[in-house]
Amino acid sequence: MSGTAPNQDVLVQVNHLKQYFPVNTGFMKTTMLKAVDDVSFSIQRGETLGLVGESGCGKTTVGRTMLQLYKPTAGEIWFDGKRINSKESLREFRRRAQMVFQDPYSSLNPRMTVADIVAEPIDVHHLCADKKEREARIHHLMSLVGLNTEHATRYAHEFSGGQRQRIGIARALASKPEFIVCDEPVSALDVSIQAQVINMLEDLQRQLGLTYLFIAHDISVVKHISNRIAVMYLGHMMELASANELTRHPQHPYTVSLMSAVPIPDPQLSRKQKRIVLEGDVPSPLKVPTGCPFRTRCRYATAICEKACPEMREAAPGHFVACHNV
Amino acid sequence: MSLLEVKDLHTSFFTPSGEVKAVNGLSFSLEKGKVLGIVGESGSGKSVTAYSILQILTSPGRIVSGSIRLLGDELVGKSDEDMRKIRGNKISIIFQDPMTSLNPTFTIGNQLIEAILLHTDRNHEQAKQRAVEMLRLVGISEPEKRIHQYAYELSGGMRQRVMIAMALACEPDILIADEPTTALDVTIQAQILELMLELQKEMGMAVIMITHDMGVIASICDEVIVMYAGGVCERGTADAIFYHPMHEYTRGLMRSIPDMNDDEKTRLVPITGTPIDLLHMPPGCPFAPRCDRAMKICLKEKPREYWVGRDHLSACWMNVKEGLCMTERPEEEGSA
Repeated sequence: MSGTAPNQDVLVQVNHLKQYFPVNTGFMKTTMLKAVDDVSFSIQRGETLGLVGESGCGKTTVGRTMLQLYKPTAGEIWFDGKRINSKESLREFRRRAQMVFQDPYSSLNPRMTVADIVAEPIDVHHLCADKKEREARIHHLMSLVGLNTEHATRYAHEFSGGQRQRIGIARALASKPEFIVCDEPVSALDVSIQAQVINMLEDLQRQLGLTYLFIAHDISVVKHISNRIAVMYLGHMMELASANELTRHPQHPYTVSLMSAVPIPDPQLSRKQKRIVLEGDVPSPLKVPTGCPFRTRCRYATAICEKACPEMREAAPGHFVACHNV
Repeated sequence: MSLLEVKDLHTSFFTPSGEVKAVNGLSFSLEKGKVLGIVGESGSGKSVTAYSILQILTSPGRIVSGSIRLLGDELVGKSDEDMRKIRGNKISIIFQDPMTSLNPTFTIGNQLIEAILLHTDRNHEQAKQRAVEMLRLVGISEPEKRIHQYAYELSGGMRQRVMIAMALACEPDILIADEPTTALDVTIQAQILELMLELQKEMGMAVIMITHDMGVIASICDEVIVMYAGGVCERGTADAIFYHPMHEYTRGLMRSIPDMNDDEKTRLVPITGTPIDLLHMPPGCPFAPRCDRAMKICLKEKPREYWVGRDHLSACWMNVKEGLCMTERPEEEGSA
């Protein structure tokens, strides 16, 4: 998983990424909150990598740090064969990598019209030569995400949640990116609208050859849209495998309990479902247990789990697990 | 006699821009010891239904007409003082967000004891004992210590456990749970649902589970009501709703959810359009503007509920057209 320059098919590679935040924990005392601690993975061109985990596990931080919205504490980010470490490489990277945010209410400026919101990346990167081209591009983007182009002069508050999310997606597409981080793009939407947006994201991926990092807590949605899924817990990556393999044959004890906790919308299957209910709560990210971060809630924890943090290793072809006991 | 019987309930919010009919002709009954699920999207009127039953609607909302009977006793029109004896005592509620529904300036013990003192004859010492007992029952470790803590000292899952302890402290006949696990992670959700089912069986109370999550409904409910735009689309046993959905809206909902067991990842079939504007309700079926199979009559006249099975009612003109409707409840199962 680690190494230097990635191969041709890999669009994005992250090596040993760490993101620590200083937190005031008392008088003249700060503790490091290890939001992301030594995470490595790569995403193939045209692939969707799903990132799941519970609140506070660091999945959103991974997405934001990858796009350098935070300055990483340590680690490397490679994009299309180039390392992102200089100002020039970052500027280019920012055009080619975009983000769709979770909350379609707070992520759109209420003082800007839809046209201006969508055109902001175009303006920032000077992608259109004149006003005419800019307008044509806005209209193209709006129709691409199924918005009525006549609504370009309206403000965000005039739209429903699902339509706002479409505006957010149109903005992300404006700079013709190759890679999009989708941070919980459908979790604020109703079920019937959710399906519309998921289908649209799939269509756009096919049409424009996009690569996604899809962050969400709803495992059935992530399974549906992703080729591979990575599971995070307390800033660490626990398991990484193809979507079907991970949901069918999870190997890490945490993933096993996570999968068993997903409610199935089928009463008879649900009655038969064997839930492995985890004891207790997720420990505070300020006090991550020594060794394996999951050991305090793990049924199979042994002496070694307390001492050493398990490395990711390939348990089956393409199936990576970080557990001493697998 | 049913434990709770709601008949033709209409609840509206009288806003400056007009009357918003949040609940528009809802009827259902709840039997002792049953778990009833109310499922619907935002704005479908599921929470307003709960607030109407407890009469905790805030202005400009009020019950316009209808009847809500608790063991035959009419609740609509009862004075505030009388309702206060029912809330928390006979009918309790758990809200979605456990942080905002606990008072941050009192210890959780304080709040638990208050509820117990209000509704029972226990003295302070006994009430405290009961509070500790309840916290232990909902799986909180070291309850003697915990009663001196404040809400902010507890995690989300713990807070929801405290809310459940508070709601159950007076052994209510009905527990209304308004999206109790929506703010929680899946593993914590599994803990809370398990706990609620366990307590429900142990105490023999009835539960009204309000949620937008079909998975949650499937895992704990005996009966289900599917709501859209303030009205009932369809109601019946969980098996009837999940395996033989009769209303186009329910069918659409089921097709919109990704199936965990589908490795082929079949394309989802979303419901087209956007939810209806409650200020401008069409004369016909509220779902008709989004329905792929809508007929002329659907846009003109609102369908009433017909029996489509022994434990299954649906309000859809398509059922009438296909001759699946019965005006009387059928004797035998499987006639639909």
